[in-house]
Amino acid sequence: MEAAIARKIRVVVAKPGLDGHDRGAKIIARALRDAGMEVIYTGLHQTPEQIAETVIQEDADAVGLSILSGAHMTLVPRVVELLKAQGVDDVLVTVGGTIPAEDIPELKQLGVAAVFTPGAGTDEIVDFIRSGAEERHSEQHMS
Amino acid sequence: MATEPTQKPLEEREAEFRTMSGQPIEPLYGPERAPADPDESIGRPGAYPFTRGPYESMYRGRLWTMRQFAGFGTVEETNERFHYLLGHGQTGLSTAFDMPTLMGYDSDHERSLGEVGREGVAVDSLDDMEQLFDGIPLGGVTTSMTINAPAAILLAFYVLVGEQQGVPAEKLGGTIQTDILKEYIAQKEWCFPIEPAMRLVTDMIEWCSENMPRWHPVSISGYHIREAGSTAQQELAFTLKDGFTYVERALERGLDVDDFAPRLSFFFNAHIDFFEEVAKYRAARRIWARELRDTYGAKREESMRLRFHAQTAGVSLTAQQPLNNVVRTSLEALAAVLGGTQSLHTNSFDEALALPTEEAVRVALRTQQVIAFESGVANTPDPLGGSWFVEQLTDEMEAAAYDYFARIDELGGMVEAIRGNFPQREIADASFAYQREVDERRRIVVGVNDFVAEDEAETPILRIDPALERKQADRLAATRARRDPAEVERTLAALKQAAAGEANLMPPILEAARARATEGEMISSLQAVFGTYTESPVF
Repeated sequence: MEAAIARKIRVVVAKPGLDGHDRGAKIIARALRDAGMEVIYTGLHQTPEQIAETVIQEDADAVGLSILSGAHMTLVPRVVELLKAQGVDDVLVTVGGTIPAEDIPELKQLGVAAVFTPGAGTDEIVDFIRSGAEERHSEQHMS
Repeated sequence: MATEPTQKPLEEREAEFRTMSGQPIEPLYGPERAPADPDESIGRPGAYPFTRGPYESMYRGRLWTMRQFAGFGTVEETNERFHYLLGHGQTGLSTAFDMPTLMGYDSDHERSLGEVGREGVAVDSLDDMEQLFDGIPLGGVTTSMTINAPAAILLAFYVLVGEQQGVPAEKLGGTIQTDILKEYIAQKEWCFPIEPAMRLVTDMIEWCSENMPRWHPVSISGYHIREAGSTAQQELAFTLKDGFTYVERALERGLDVDDFAPRLSFFFNAHIDFFEEVAKYRAARRIWARELRDTYGAKREESMRLRFHAQTAGVSLTAQQPLNNVVRTSLEALAAVLGGTQSLHTNSFDEALALPTEEAVRVALRTQQVIAFESGVANTPDPLGGSWFVEQLTDEMEAAAYDYFARIDELGGMVEAIRGNFPQREIADASFAYQREVDERRRIVVGVNDFVAEDEAETPILRIDPALERKQADRLAATRARRDPAEVERTLAALKQAAAGEANLMPPILEAARARATEGEMISSLQAVFGTYTESPVF
């Protein structure tokens, strides 16, 4: 093999806001880890500031925001803005949780790459993050 | 010639059959499975060990309480929903608080932004509690309040509303959840480190045993443990072990077990694997009765009699083809009823999408009414008792719980086990294993990984008006402006001082509540002494 060992995909799984529903976040974190990725799980009750800082410090390829409190329209835009303000615009941002269908277009317009709602399979999520992150890696390689 | 009764048919649909929690199911259960000592292990309803139910006549005497959990927006909206539910034949109230209230933040705190009134009602001070129960005579209803870390504060607000209505504390009936151990295990809404939180729980048990004989100061809850992805066995074992831990703390405080144990109640999940759930409730009653009598020295039957509230499994609801959830909820509710529940919340079919609409809530309540008044299942106590299958499942459930008790004891008890992440890890493992089964279609969830519909109509959902957050912040500002600041300061200082000592914290909390100190102010005062909690998560 000619290429050096590929850098592992790094993903931050984050729980913004105050809700304690972490079943989904933990399942996804584990599925991503089992798929060979480096997973940083922030734990609960994170502020958007804490999450943005973690994403930057960890040089993450992707961040998954898990929200089941209904506060997504407040918290997600804030995380995206904070990342942009720090010049980070190539991190794949995904959202999971109880997100009503009518909120999805607005989230996507903000720059959210995908929204996974209840019933989404873990394989689907793992594949999405892998292909998004690989794209980021190859772009970084070219630049 | 008789055929061998346990002989396997030549071909079965599956290589092995298991409950959703993994208990193997044999090809057939017959009389050879009958318990050796049915009088001892099963007994009669209303008598030790209460396997068949806490009361002799069960629903022939009195139906379960139909108690729909409600709360959203500000206190005005929730008060309206309460009146609506009471008007439709609901027999008890149950309050859902929003995330900031559960975490001890006032509605104007920066951490509350976007969360106020979203998942429950926002309550910041006594002013809000007065409005929440406006027009509802507290002497005539029982109220359940789902709050844990700040439970003592919300109880104080409720007691003071009662006082204003002329209903003394000893006449107030209801339940406040207060089960902090399961917060660290599963629901994850905390304010303080484990030890001071346990002191607050014990303070409440003590204060209620002296002042509120009709009140349940702790509702020991498996619901959230199950929702976090545990198996039925884990739900049963961790919940009962939490319960024993509260009993031990109260005994260490010098209380007599028969003074407080009758006021402990339970809250279990009603999940979709029908017989496993029925077995879980029956095993819970038997274990609690035995341990209270033999380990903790209870003398009164009331202390040994486990009574519980059940809620159908939110986690079993699907966002896909949501009307199917009515069917799921019916089956789950039926399991709770056949398992002998004392009160029941049935989830609404749209709850995988958002908080329920009024129509969805009505269908959920009607589900209970159909079971109660049409199905005939309430006509005799424990109709499944004596089923070879159900009795064996009950025994197996009990054995699984005792295995967990032993493992937790080896770790030094429940508090130490939680510090070492033991129950959290067990739940995470079970939850992941279940999800793999669904992903790999080894387990079918109708509408999700099979029988999928391509052209689903959109379901109308309840939207919370973002303007409510502003409205609540204004209410709070008005409270702060109206009250006597010197009195607030004095009572908060007294609370802090009490927290640093060993006195029961209920009296100083009542004083601060009376002075219209806010929940957030009281929590901050306590945190100044107790500190806060951060979890090191496992996944």
